[in-house]
Amino acid sequence: MIQEEMVVTAQTKIADGVFELRLSGRIATLVTEPGQFVHMRVPGESGMLSPVLRRPISICSVDPAHRELTLIYRVVGLGSQLLSNTCPGMKIDVFGPLGHGFPVDEVPAGGRALMIGGGVGVPPLYGLAEALTDRGIEVTHILGFRSDKDIFYEAQFAALGETVIFTDDGSHGRKGLVTDAIGEAAYDVAYACGPLPMLKAVQNVITEKPLFVSMEQRMGCGFGACLACAVHTTDAQDHKGYRRVCCDGPVFRAGEVELC
Amino acid sequence: MLEVHLPGLDLKNPVMPASGCFAFGKEYGTLYDLNQLGAITIKAATLHARFGNPTPRVAETPSGMLNAIGLQNPGAEQIISEELPYLAGYDVPVIANIAGSEMSDYVQTAEKMSASPVVRALELNISCPNVKHGGIQFGTVPEVAAELTAKVKAVSAKPVYVKLSPNVTDIVAMARAVEQAGADGLSMINTLLGMRIDLRTKRPVLANQTGGLSGPAIKPVAIRMIYEVSQKVNIPIIGMGGIQSADDVIEYFLAGASAVAVGTANFIDPLICPKIIHELPGKLNALGVSDINDLVGRSWKSWNRKNG
Ligand SMILES: Cc1cc2nc3c(=O)[nH]c(=O)nc-3n(C[C@H](O)[C@H](O)[C@H](O)COP(=O)(O)OP(=O)(O)OC[C@H]3O[C@@H](n4cnc5c(N)ncnc54)[C@H](O)[C@@H]3O)c2cc1C
Ligand SMILES: Cc1cc2nc3c(=O)[nH]c(=O)nc-3n(C[C@H](O)[C@H](O)[C@H](O)COP(=O)(O)O)c2cc1C
Repeated sequence: MIQEEMVVTAQTKIADGVFELRLSGRIATLVTEPGQFVHMRVPGESGMLSPVLRRPISICSVDPAHRELTLIYRVVGLGSQLLSNTCPGMKIDVFGPLGHGFPVDEVPAGGRALMIGGGVGVPPLYGLAEALTDRGIEVTHILGFRSDKDIFYEAQFAALGETVIFTDDGSHGRKGLVTDAIGEAAYDVAYACGPLPMLKAVQNVITEKPLFVSMEQRMGCGFGACLACAVHTTDAQDHKGYRRVCCDGPVFRAGEVELC
Repeated sequence: MLEVHLPGLDLKNPVMPASGCFAFGKEYGTLYDLNQLGAITIKAATLHARFGNPTPRVAETPSGMLNAIGLQNPGAEQIISEELPYLAGYDVPVIANIAGSEMSDYVQTAEKMSASPVVRALELNISCPNVKHGGIQFGTVPEVAAELTAKVKAVSAKPVYVKLSPNVTDIVAMARAVEQAGADGLSMINTLLGMRIDLRTKRPVLANQTGGLSGPAIKPVAIRMIYEVSQKVNIPIIGMGGIQSADDVIEYFLAGASAVAVGTANFIDPLICPKIIHELPGKLNALGVSDINDLVGRSWKSWNRKNG
């Protein structure tokens, strides 16, 4: 965990309002688990105040040999809009890597893993799929998007394992919800990242096998000090009664915390 | 040049993290040597553990942020047994922020926290805007604030700094009331009550609806209040609100502060406290100042001299 100025090496629009950002720096050599994130200070533009708080974005994939991180983010507000204006050569103040990611060792050797993603919850699953396939684990991906224009990384996921795409409107792949295909997959461990309603639905369907979910919460410091992102544990007897999404998570074993 | 001596606090420099923005030091301790800090103000302690408010607990605003954490903490006893031993390993004075919802639990918390050898002073939080019960009147009614201060002073083994709320019409009246009740110093300011509304959901962004505004946006309010209060009291003021640089620290001293605390800026730049401490001597040299204590209240002291 360090704070440094990372250099933008590429910024590419890969879907409607979705950008792939490559950053170079030492943080790329410190990532220990897929599903960790970085906390970015987004530069303002002239004549405009910079956003005060940092923005948390998951690490999509990492190339330590080339000291490069890939992030994928959707433009939703001021910070992500400003981020999308940064160009190769520019420097961005990045703090990371932060948090606990997906436990890859949960899948037994020679086993199978299922990844379920929705929207901009899909990116960290790509780094996870890479890490799992590196260990010889067979991976299946079920990825949901709103519509054809929102889809990204289909070919990249397909190169690693079976990939089922869902769209809400049926404009690409299957029409429906990611949960529709879970029953068709064979797996030992499942991992999910996406919007809250999706995580809740997945948690209701996958009850018999280990499931890990990545959560989002608004954050302040991003590393455990300010308690902005605290969520209740489901176990009322838990000695602390809460977890911090930024540093105890963002990935939790399903059922460890209340999904809220 | 940077050394400051206040009741109960011998500080190697006047810069400390503000309560609630630094937890109990462990997280920041993984990033830098906490011995560089002038002091550490720990997160508010209440008598019993509190979970705090539902999320979202923070929202960004122009040049600031709103928070409604709701005093989440493990309770005084657990703080003493689980958190303070870590800070005992550093040579940095610890200021324990204490909060409550009734006089009696404030008093019990003050008694417990001040008895810890690690704690050098108490910061009496009479101003948290994020708790439903009690809370607010302690920080807004001078007589109530004075009564609470006197009760806490009676049991505290350490000096008591009273943390004032800016959400009042007459800050000087509040400051004088707690000074007369025995406060050893003041901390100012806590957050300003505010709100943000989401255009899409048409509801307040924070689950608690209202929250406390902090960050650079509130600095002018704090400077004005410290300027007014420091001329009317004879106890030192720890100034806070939007400090992000050594220049800001100097401005606080000029207004009348004798030490400063940095809150929100720790979230923007986790290394901000050591950076400011490192920059201060150069900034003072550039102003021809050899002792930071000479700057306290200079904005009004020099004015009085010219006109007096
Ligand atoms: C651990 C984690 C990983 C994330 N990974 C990704 C990712 O890989 N790709 C991606 O597109 N998005 C990701 N997000 C969501 C991303 O942080 C928000 O979309 C982003 O902060 C929005 O900033 P903004 O200024 O554009 O929006 P605004 O709405 O203007 O932001 C206002 C404030 O709210 C916060 N905020 C708004 N939405 C969210 C949210 N969903 N989660 C947390 N804070 C929010 C912002 O950080 C900011 O402080 C992640 C969130 C978390 C917590
Ligand atoms: C997330 C957060 C939590 C806070 N918690 C406390 C607290 O527990 N007790 C307290 O007295 N003040 C608390 N404060 C107020 C700060 O200590 C400080 O008075 C205020 O934020 C102004 O300083 P700043 O603008 O540098 O943040 C908190 C502020 C923030 C942003």
